[in-house]
Amino acid sequence: MAEIIESGGGEKGGKKRPKKGAVRMDMTPMVDLAFLLLTFFILATSLSKPKTLEIIYPKEVKDETEKTKLADELATTLLIGEGDDYIFYYSGKFDPDTTTLIKSDFSKDGFRKVLLDKNRSINERVFELKQDLNSKQLSKEDYEAQYKEAYSKIVNDEQAPFVIVKTIPKSKWKNVVNAMDELNICNVRKRAIMDMDKQEEASLEKRVKELGLPAPTSDNSND
Amino acid sequence: MPKPKMPKSAPSLDMTPMVDLGFLLVTFFILTAKFRPNEPVLVDTPSSTSELLLPEKIMLVTIDQDGRVFFDIHGKDVRREMLNGMIERHPELKVTEDQMKRFSVMGMFGMDLANLGNYLSADESVRAKMDQLTKGIPTDSLKNELSEWVQEGYEAFMIDAQNKGISIENLREDEGLRYAIKADGATDYEKIEKVIDIFREKNIFQFNMVTTLEAGVDISADSE
Repeated sequence: MAEIIESGGGEKGGKKRPKKGAVRMDMTPMVDLAFLLLTFFILATSLSKPKTLEIIYPKEVKDETEKTKLADELATTLLIGEGDDYIFYYSGKFDPDTTTLIKSDFSKDGFRKVLLDKNRSINERVFELKQDLNSKQLSKEDYEAQYKEAYSKIVNDEQAPFVIVKTIPKSKWKNVVNAMDELNICNVRKRAIMDMDKQEEASLEKRVKELGLPAPTSDNSND
Repeated sequence: MPKPKMPKSAPSLDMTPMVDLGFLLVTFFILTAKFRPNEPVLVDTPSSTSELLLPEKIMLVTIDQDGRVFFDIHGKDVRREMLNGMIERHPELKVTEDQMKRFSVMGMFGMDLANLGNYLSADESVRAKMDQLTKGIPTDSLKNELSEWVQEGYEAFMIDAQNKGISIENLREDEGLRYAIKADGATDYEKIEKVIDIFREKNIFQFNMVTTLEAGVDISADSE
């Protein structure tokens, strides 16, 4: 296909000799281009697929008595305020006089460390489960099915700590997503997301002032 | 001993099969690649470590930084059915066959019903301008158009699924309609909560939040 065989041309007059070999075309640039395009399309098609984070919201419970009672000592409450790069949390029950809000953030050594520490036993069990299943050499479907079942049993353990994420209307969406993501990373499945109480909000504001944190910036950087 | 003859010219490799294959693949990828539909708003989604892919059959609500709400649903027939449902609810909404066709192939939209007709007959450049100026789909309790779109969208999806002969069991499992929310990272949470509350009123509690992928984290090393 890439060879053009010259025929004729040189016969007239007998002076020119017909060329013996075929003319070869250098295909390298074309091939280069083809593979460049190929690479582009391969990368572009698989990378552009958006990812999603699944969040399940609780049903609206009107009746107080229907609410599930959870042990206070297992609770951690995360307060997401107006600020861009800081969050606060407290453990246990909220008491406006004695509870101190601890400042944290979504960096590697921030809230994740706290969660990992609280959720240590669950994480260890998940880790063991993974190792156990890996050693069994199951097919992918079996692995997924078994993992899913055992995993949900572990993370929904009665003694598993749970996290309540509380927001104010001016909380930034990315912080809420970050919080959910942290919970996923740390295998915290018992969680809730709700509005902040007035008391908590006041206490949060007070704490922000106490620490002299900068007012929320209005730039939209996504970091 | 006669020396073996060496070829004078450099050895040439026949690249034709490779080139053929290369172009075949290029053609394949060009044809299968989907062009991103024209999006009326630019939304900078937050990042997460979740590797779940966005399902295909989704009802997508997009919320931009100012809290404007845009709506989109997957499927040409579904969209047509949905618009028909909206016309039934609002007889004042007059839509020609031409506009209907346009609506069925359009991506997301963020118009209130009063302006939807104009939007559908406008050409590309006017539409872009309207997208910039629009306040989004109304979500306030007085004129909750988003709630109506969600309802009609869901009903249209169910009708379409029945027409295509998808069983109820399959709809419950993985072929059902999923609800996705795509919001800018800098959007105030109250705006998103408002949209979520509209869904919750309709007993929809599970959402796919659209995010971009961030490098994964393996915590197993820490927990040892």
